[in-house]
Amino acid sequence: MIEGQIPVEEYKTGNTRHKWDLEKVKRAHRVIAEYEYKKDKVWRGFANRTLYINLTKGEIKEKKVTEEMKKLFTGGRGFGLKLMWDSIKPSTRWNSEENELIITTGPLCGITQYPGTGKSIALSISPATDIICDCNVGGFFGPYLKFAGFDAIEIQGKAKHDVVIIVDGEKGKITVETAPLEETNSHVLSEQLTYMYASEDSDKSRQKVSVVSAGKGAENSYWGCLNFSFYDIRRKVCRLKQAGRGGLGTVFRDKKIKAIVAKVEHFDGLSNNPADPVKLAEVGIKLHREIRDLDRYQCNMRAVGTSHLVEIMDEYDLLPCENYRFGSFPKASKIYSSKFYELFTKIIPDGCWYGCTMACAKTVDGFEVMTGPYKGQKVTVDGPEYETVAAGANMSIWDPKWILEFNFYCDTYGLDTISTGTAIAFYMEMYEYGILNKERCDGLELSFGNYEAVLEFIHRIARGDKGEFITVASKGIRRVKDWLKKKGWGDPQLIEDCGMESKGLEYSEYVTKESLAMQGGYGLTLKGPQHDEAWLIFMDMVNNAIPTFEDKAEALHYFPMWRTWFGLNGLCKLPWNDIEPADNAETDEPAKVPEHVQNYVDLQNAVTGWNVTKEDLILQSERCYNWQRAMNVWLGRGRRKDDWIPYRSMGPVTEMEYYSRRERYDKQLVEKLGFSEKEVENMSVKEKMKLLYEYRQDQYQKLADAVYYRRGWTPNGVPTPQKMKQLGFTDKKMLDMLQKAIDEDEKKGLNVWGGKYSKGEKPPSIIPRYWEKW
Amino acid sequence: MGGSETVKILKFYPEKCTGCLECEKTCSQVHFKTREGGDKSAIKIIKTGETTYEMHVCNQCGLCIDLCPVEALTRRKNGVVWLDRETCIGCQSCVGFCPRNVMMKSKARIEPFKCISCGSCVRACPTEALELVEVKISDVKEVVYYKQGAE
Repeated sequence: MIEGQIPVEEYKTGNTRHKWDLEKVKRAHRVIAEYEYKKDKVWRGFANRTLYINLTKGEIKEKKVTEEMKKLFTGGRGFGLKLMWDSIKPSTRWNSEENELIITTGPLCGITQYPGTGKSIALSISPATDIICDCNVGGFFGPYLKFAGFDAIEIQGKAKHDVVIIVDGEKGKITVETAPLEETNSHVLSEQLTYMYASEDSDKSRQKVSVVSAGKGAENSYWGCLNFSFYDIRRKVCRLKQAGRGGLGTVFRDKKIKAIVAKVEHFDGLSNNPADPVKLAEVGIKLHREIRDLDRYQCNMRAVGTSHLVEIMDEYDLLPCENYRFGSFPKASKIYSSKFYELFTKIIPDGCWYGCTMACAKTVDGFEVMTGPYKGQKVTVDGPEYETVAAGANMSIWDPKWILEFNFYCDTYGLDTISTGTAIAFYMEMYEYGILNKERCDGLELSFGNYEAVLEFIHRIARGDKGEFITVASKGIRRVKDWLKKKGWGDPQLIEDCGMESKGLEYSEYVTKESLAMQGGYGLTLKGPQHDEAWLIFMDMVNNAIPTFEDKAEALHYFPMWRTWFGLNGLCKLPWNDIEPADNAETDEPAKVPEHVQNYVDLQNAVTGWNVTKEDLILQSERCYNWQRAMNVWLGRGRRKDDWIPYRSMGPVTEMEYYSRRERYDKQLVEKLGFSEKEVENMSVKEKMKLLYEYRQDQYQKLADAVYYRRGWTPNGVPTPQKMKQLGFTDKKMLDMLQKAIDEDEKKGLNVWGGKYSKGEKPPSIIPRYWEKW
Repeated sequence: MGGSETVKILKFYPEKCTGCLECEKTCSQVHFKTREGGDKSAIKIIKTGETTYEMHVCNQCGLCIDLCPVEALTRRKNGVVWLDRETCIGCQSCVGFCPRNVMMKSKARIEPFKCISCGSCVRACPTEALELVEVKISDVKEVVYYKQGAE
């Protein structure tokens, strides 16, 4: 046993204990809708029905999952998109009556034999972006929903009063009940409901309950996340995983949902009734052994989770510091993973679903809260993960304790640590330039590194503070940009360039300035700048493995498709490439981790009984990916202009940034733009920055050209009906809508390439309306 | 826990083994009510040469206990590490992480199984190549690796 590791049998969190009169809390519930259903087996990964609830009408019903739906949409996120397509309108916005909140599972969701197989996918129209946002999230809810009998839950309408929705897989009953007395914040609410709905007063019973909740912060901002609980039988606490991005928690609270509870009677590794359980176990054991033998030499996920990335990103100049101005920082070593390793409670490495030996989920137990309503209480903090630590770097917070405090409150208030951190970092930069100041920030001194002001800002959001700044700032960077411009404060170009959002969503935590492919990985996306579609920085920048636009476009085709696949099946991406077979580097395509791709082929076949190849997996994703992009078009976005990214993600916005990496930029002017060293020497920094600005903007447009072409879209980024037909879609409403959009773009002269091609350079195609020839 | 400080584990005398596999057959009788042996036995006799053999079997180190997400694995009062089939959900974590690859998995069912020091194999061995010996748990105990980096 290592120093500091605590024997399980002796373990106590030391957390503050709560005493509630749960009987009284439950008595205050009033059932407003209920529905009994016939319990049935999940077969080959599918429950073969979805659950529809309309909160306005108090309606609950089942919808059948057809074979056609499985064929075209696979499951998970694909099912979510199909359900939304059938239920919303092009004019639907996040707070529209008909907007839906959907939580789906996927055919592989809930197997226990392979790491990373308990994921849910949540979807809704996002308040930040006005298009569909999808989030992949851990915790027990998704598998329990499926084993209770449903591949997805689809919630439309809004309740009049706060409600909880109970999916009782034990009784075969759905109820919607008012819930006036429960706490709203997640760390308390999930515990209250877990104890309230567990069939018996035992840890094993509590382990069979999972709660989805948001919090007071989700109510009062556009950054609302959803917390998915998983009861930890060793710590005896409800732990939380977040569907973080795009404000899904905000939609949740707008519908007046306080929580959704799912419970199961029994489950095990055969609850999916897989076609080939022997194969499942065989593939699972192989990966468990790989993790056992190699994780300590690779990512150390079992010891520190994703926080191992902090030092790597700092070393490669990719850690976002002070609003992405810099990629490394002298103080960064204070928040390296070794510092969090000291704080993590070392009982056993643990995952967020059974059988996940990758075990990236970490906690700090008995953490004494330093501010706000829970000040002085001792709590379990789940995390921090890399993104949250890096959000700390972005705000120039270099004290692990304050990163934990930020992490704890964001989670329990239902705030996305990424959007919250990235946005505050932008406000801090504006504060540094005097564009914002104490008065304009409702009395907050939002200077870089002021963690107390950060926490105060978050508490005010949760309290529903109506100050002008708090109101606008809690809606994110896009709204603040518009507000600053309207007020006439600061240079509008500087504001646009510095604020790290695209499509209205805040960036996640990587510096992309030196990797064009990764700029595309953030910009040429479905939901906004989130690294779950592609992470190409090392491939592109460090290994220079994708030098041409065509190469980059191929990577921006394959990897987003590949990563989409996890969300179709209810899987986590991490066990794909955060552990690699010992001989992976010697394979033809190490970036794809071929052996693990084959694992996933085997898994899908073993669960569903299908007979798919690795190419089929990409095809499954391509269908879903194009469908989602097409829905973006339908919702009025999904064009080249919507794939715009701020210049801060492409290059140096300020002279300070240029000076900080002067050698690098000067060299590029010589090597990439063809100036002589002497010419560069004689230029002012302003001139050099302008040249670099124009060059990099053009590079991005050329990349978009290549990517759109590779994906089978028009030069304005619209999926073509021809492509959709190739993928097997015959939905007339969809095909007509796309044709109409393309015709409108044609009239406006928008079906043209975006890059400026000089002599010797060629756009992806010179044939007008090339897609019609396909 | 208040359990025993010692546990009985199997000791192998390779020079006495003839490779008859009576031990495996008896073991699968205990676990699967069949005399098939092979993947249905918790003890494995591996032929390493013309007349030389190795035994692979659980040494009751208990590393798997910490790994189980549903606490199906416990150390019983007699010190033996025990897998409760009713609680087990078949995730195979214990199989994959066993330091000696002796948490067994048969194709016949999803739950793994292991040596429970019952002594059936000892009694079945015609050449007395097996013996149950008492060792201190503290001498065999191992825990899950939780360091950052390799040592």
